[in-house]
Amino acid sequence: MDFGLGDRYGTGHLIVRNPKSKIQNPKSKSTIEMIEFNSVEHYYPNGQRVLAGVSFAIAQGEVIALVGRSGSGKTTILKLINRLLTPTSGEVRVEGRATTEWDPIRLRRHVGYVLQDVGLFPHMTIARNISTVPRLEGWAEDRIRERVDELMTLVGLEPDAYRNRFPRELSGGQRQRVGVARALAVDPPVLLMDEPFGALDPLTRAEMHREFQRIQARVRKTVVCVTHDMSEAFALGTRMGVLASGRLVALATPAEIRRATDPEVKIFLDALPRTGNDL
Amino acid sequence: MRLIEFWLSHKAEFLAALAQHLTLVLAATGFAVGVGLPLGILAYRRPRIGSPLIGLANIIQTIPSLALFGFLIPIPFIGGIGARAALIALVLYALLPVMRTTVSGLQSVDPAVREAGVAMGMTARQLLFQVELPLARSAIIAGIRVATVAGVGTATIAAAIGAGGLGEYIFRGVAMVNSTVILAGAVPAALLALAADFGLGWFERRLAPGRGGGDSRRFGFAMAAVAIVLILLVGFLLLAERPRGRIRVGSKNFTEQLILGEIVAQAIENGTPLVVDRKLNLGGTLVCEQAMRAGDLDLYVEYTGTALTAIFKLPVALDPDEVNRRVSESYAASGRTMLPALGFNNTFAILVRGEDARRLGLKTITDAARHSRQWHAAFGPEFLDREDGYKGLSRAYGLEFAEPPRAMDLSLTYRALAGGQVDLIAGDATNGLIDKLSLTMLEDDRHYFPPYHAAPVIRTEVLLLHPEIQKVLSRLSGKISDSEMRRMNYEADVEQRDTAAVAKGFLDRQSKD
Repeated sequence: MDFGLGDRYGTGHLIVRNPKSKIQNPKSKSTIEMIEFNSVEHYYPNGQRVLAGVSFAIAQGEVIALVGRSGSGKTTILKLINRLLTPTSGEVRVEGRATTEWDPIRLRRHVGYVLQDVGLFPHMTIARNISTVPRLEGWAEDRIRERVDELMTLVGLEPDAYRNRFPRELSGGQRQRVGVARALAVDPPVLLMDEPFGALDPLTRAEMHREFQRIQARVRKTVVCVTHDMSEAFALGTRMGVLASGRLVALATPAEIRRATDPEVKIFLDALPRTGNDL
Repeated sequence: MRLIEFWLSHKAEFLAALAQHLTLVLAATGFAVGVGLPLGILAYRRPRIGSPLIGLANIIQTIPSLALFGFLIPIPFIGGIGARAALIALVLYALLPVMRTTVSGLQSVDPAVREAGVAMGMTARQLLFQVELPLARSAIIAGIRVATVAGVGTATIAAAIGAGGLGEYIFRGVAMVNSTVILAGAVPAALLALAADFGLGWFERRLAPGRGGGDSRRFGFAMAAVAIVLILLVGFLLLAERPRGRIRVGSKNFTEQLILGEIVAQAIENGTPLVVDRKLNLGGTLVCEQAMRAGDLDLYVEYTGTALTAIFKLPVALDPDEVNRRVSESYAASGRTMLPALGFNNTFAILVRGEDARRLGLKTITDAARHSRQWHAAFGPEFLDREDGYKGLSRAYGLEFAEPPRAMDLSLTYRALAGGQVDLIAGDATNGLIDKLSLTMLEDDRHYFPPYHAAPVIRTEVLLLHPEIQKVLSRLSGKISDSEMRRMNYEADVEQRDTAAVAKGFLDRQSKD
């Protein structure tokens, strides 16, 4: 979808032109580039362009919150990282290796993924859902049981109470916690989250944001989180990326974003609730 | 109640038929799942290969079951008559529901759930077995349920090609015009269908996705157990098909043929150490002929005139000896031997109601031709079709009716005539119902019909292997007169005696002489 803005306003001062530039990333003291996009273009099979020349780099431990309208290419960026999609041109690197060079199965088990609508397996218990990847990896039963309990505790679900329940017996917030626990099961260095809290009511969502901060403080993953909610992006991201019509128009810290003058970015700032927010 | 009396008096036979029926349906469904499930998965994964497969299964589904059984008779290895061919037909029918529900079940899996599986790093196989199939399970069970229930019904028709089962009673009942015998097969078949529907419905509900009971490992064990039982059953079934020191005796599907089949079978059982497999009640002359050519049937009783025209398509001849000679030669040339004739001549009987015959003074077919323009006629499908049947008859006598004759099951035409639905039929001269329903047989004054002397026909190969059969059957030569045959038909059709008992009665009378 092209809003007709990208070309006119696509050169704002916040745009990352050089993915290698560390100036854009004030938090990054390390030199490990966990994820790198180099001039990535992506087209749908019908020829429609989804991403146009997207370049950026994410360091270990960062939490990148991607915002943008529906169809701006946010989810596509996530799927390019775990090779559910491959770039039409350009390349995506994970831990310095192009995704096309990774064995897709290995790559996906290396990258946790929390889906838009959670995507828990309805026919499996909570414990089974969480232990999906460990089982695929052939872990021993003891180790799996231990890990499931550990993860359930981490995401705030009492193991004894919930272990043998089925997804349909849980509330939306609880299901989301299971989704996060499942994504973290084999301790992948990268975590992708696609509107993980979109379906929750505002109170639960705020609670989940605090939970996420708490968990992230412990696990220190490299996180790419897609949202269409600007306040969520401010709450979660160490840096924020703004996507418009398949272009990355800004990638900067929340403080920088708040001062932005770029009209593409300001559209999102204007959408923030005015009353009672501390931002 | 008569029905219960019937079951009690035929207890062993009934239980065997029920077991045969169940085995047939279970084995067919088992095979269909074994083949249809992988094909369904293939169709889901590779629509380009799968769609034509589903199309083909769809086409098979539209073939009427009796026609499909007919098509299978001349096909070597998979076809023929008996349980094996019936199994093939039933499997073909069950394939479509299994395949289609497998595809639609897999397609109905929530895309988010499938994507979660892929994103977790599942391989295509892991995704299929851990996510897609478990979620499609209840839909697949629903397809198996449809296939099973339909199979219970279709399996009754399998009796037409000698596969046994509850359909035996239905066909026998139709042939004997005895509703008790029809119900003896139809009622348990219906109950079986309901039970299958209910049982699998319960199973289906238990396996609905996300239900506590849906433990995939337990399900796997259950399916494996079911599969093993089915394989064993099928093994026995196929083993039982192997002919070793066995003679397979057939008959067509009307009373006289059933009696003759029994007489021949019992004579062999009494006079030789051979074991007889009865393939009685086969669906007509051509079924018997093709089954013999395919090597599925060793022996049955044929009528010379029928063999002449319907089997060997030779011109009609009127001299009995001439007919005998030509038929004998033709059989010999095709690897069969015609044994000495049994005696009676079961020619076609052109029948009218006795009261009509008296009122209009009808004695011959020529007399009838004068009135036939106001009449309706019904004939068995064979008679309508055969060169020596209706076509020639209407030419010979200028016989025409108010509307083209209706095709009906041969045994039902007697009732239709007696009940006034039609005015003229072509029956068998030896039929016991002719007297019971006070019908009048018109004289073939232009000698249109060739002689129809009944004689056992046996595959020469089998005769060479077991020459004692010839000795035993030659003893029957000329022993069954027209009146003897009509009497036996009367005992079976009118007095409703078992055909096996009627045959035994005849053989007992013979041995006393």
